[in-house]
Amino acid sequence: MASVELTDVRKVYGSSVEAVKGVNISIHDGALCVLVGPSGCGKSTLLRMIAGLESITDGTVKIDTTVVNNLGPAERDIAMVFQNYALYPHMKVYDNMAYGLRNRGMPKQEIDKRVRDAAQILELTQLLERRPKELSGGQRQRVAMGRAIVRSPKVFLFDEPLSNLDAKLRGQMRVEIKNLQRQLGVTSVYVTHDQLEAMTLADILVVMNGGVVEQIGAPLDIYEKPASTFVASFIGAPPMNLVPVTADGSGLVLKDGTRIGAQGLAVPASGAIIGFRPEDLEVSAGTNTHVGGLALDLKVLGVEPVGAESYVYGIIGGERVVVRVAGRSTSQTDDHLRVIVPKEKLHLFNDAGKRI
Amino acid sequence: MASSTRVTFPNKFLPYLLLAPQLAITAIFFYWPASQAIQQSVLREDPFGLSTQFVGLGNFKRVLNDPNYLNSLQVTVIFSIATALIAMAFALLLAVMADKVIRGKGVYRTLLIWPYAVAPAIAGMLWLFLFNPSMGTLAYLLRSTGYNWDPLLNSDQAMLLVVAAASWKQISYNFLFFVAGLQAIPKSLIEAAAIDGAGEMKRFWTIVFPLLAPTTFFLLVVNTVYAFFDTFGIIHAVTGGGPGKATETLVYKVYNDGFVNLILGDSAAQSVILMVIVIAMTAVQFRYVERKVHYG
Repeated sequence: MASVELTDVRKVYGSSVEAVKGVNISIHDGALCVLVGPSGCGKSTLLRMIAGLESITDGTVKIDTTVVNNLGPAERDIAMVFQNYALYPHMKVYDNMAYGLRNRGMPKQEIDKRVRDAAQILELTQLLERRPKELSGGQRQRVAMGRAIVRSPKVFLFDEPLSNLDAKLRGQMRVEIKNLQRQLGVTSVYVTHDQLEAMTLADILVVMNGGVVEQIGAPLDIYEKPASTFVASFIGAPPMNLVPVTADGSGLVLKDGTRIGAQGLAVPASGAIIGFRPEDLEVSAGTNTHVGGLALDLKVLGVEPVGAESYVYGIIGGERVVVRVAGRSTSQTDDHLRVIVPKEKLHLFNDAGKRI
Repeated sequence: MASSTRVTFPNKFLPYLLLAPQLAITAIFFYWPASQAIQQSVLREDPFGLSTQFVGLGNFKRVLNDPNYLNSLQVTVIFSIATALIAMAFALLLAVMADKVIRGKGVYRTLLIWPYAVAPAIAGMLWLFLFNPSMGTLAYLLRSTGYNWDPLLNSDQAMLLVVAAASWKQISYNFLFFVAGLQAIPKSLIEAAAIDGAGEMKRFWTIVFPLLAPTTFFLLVVNTVYAFFDTFGIIHAVTGGGPGKATETLVYKVYNDGFVNLILGDSAAQSVILMVIVIAMTAVQFRYVERKVHYG
């Protein structure tokens, strides 16, 4: 068990392609840190640098009290679960799990005990004599987990471990991974592009974009106070609605020229972007302005009922938005709705996309 | 892998028509000559080719009791094992090395594949010129180091020379397959093994080599057949089977007895035996070696 400390970590490919542009993350002992971001944001590269599979151009990676920059993957005392599981196809499940222990010269009885214990935890005991190709996706996933836990490493690294599974199994395995990580208390770094996975698993959530960290924090803090429009639109599904506004003397002007009351919002002269979550909108029957809220006119483009709730897609001030309504919505296409965003639910970003 | 569905042809004769060229080639170039050889092997022809006489298994008896034939059998075994092993080992080494190259990978591969385009006789001549005791450049260098290089008199050196020439020719072919085989191994497996604490050598022998087994097995079969049959041109050009009969392999002896000495019956009997040996060997390889092969 150990802490992981990244300080100004950079990765440059060739001479000019900068994949990771100076990242600082501190993960305390036993925490599960999730790196999330769109493809190409540098999250996998960062994970591979912690693993030692990718060299570190600049900065330091510290596991526990040791700077591991110049140590090989085997010497860092980490275990990794790969996206494609990377099980050795010519070895039985037992040997797949025992391989890393044998390479370290562990006595046979100890190997056997550890493999059987891990198999017990992961319900793999019946499958120890099988080869990977005789297993289902979920079982393979478990073997990959087993191979990591028998080693009892200081740090677990997960590289999109669930993305090859179907949706139902993914949800199930997500819970299992979370429980297992809690139970073992091993510090973990988990890479995913799935924001739902990120939200549910993380103790520490790191949102990355274009090689930089956009925001670090507890998942719900990030959800409630996104640091930028990128984070606001990446975390949460459907994403936060973002509507650009400009200020003039008496109030705010939307893109299509609609004027709305300023409601005390401090919009800079250069303009701003107001954001609100789909679930934070209230559809109002009357035309009265809600006290302390922003009243907006929404033109309905379509309604998607998904069972327990409905998504109403529409346009506010020339921007596409979505509203989440409990139960069924009676709105029809081309209806005009009066929607109100309570003031405390409003997010304000400057024209560069940073939170004000 | 999804199970393949059976294709049904609207026309009953179309499938046969599509198969016909392949069947024709097999029939004309394999079954017909093979049946001719079998027929020939039970006949004896008089020296002037005017009459033939049925002798049953007489030719076979004589061939199998001939010390020259048994010598040739031994030469073939040594030659084939050495050629196949050397050709495969070197190709694997080169493929592993080429796999590590990052810049100019394609150039390396292309250059390493070229020797395969050289005709056997030309390859033989090349080696002959390089190592000919009286005019060979490399032979001259060898002798200047004090080594008594003379493949025209020393049978071991002659064998070494034909093995070298024959394997050199086959390395490119093997290389190509090994490179493809290596590329098919997911990189994450190697990375997982590295994290699992296996050093480079250990990774190769415990992960890479077992996963190359299907390729290696295929090449074993192909190389054995190559060493048995396709090396005639090289042996013919380099040593002509000599010195003495030190490099006279079975297929070379078939040619020598049949087309040089014109003992058609014996030659035919030998080629029938050769055919049986190769069929048996391939069957054994598939029966016993393939069992240990894991297809990914």
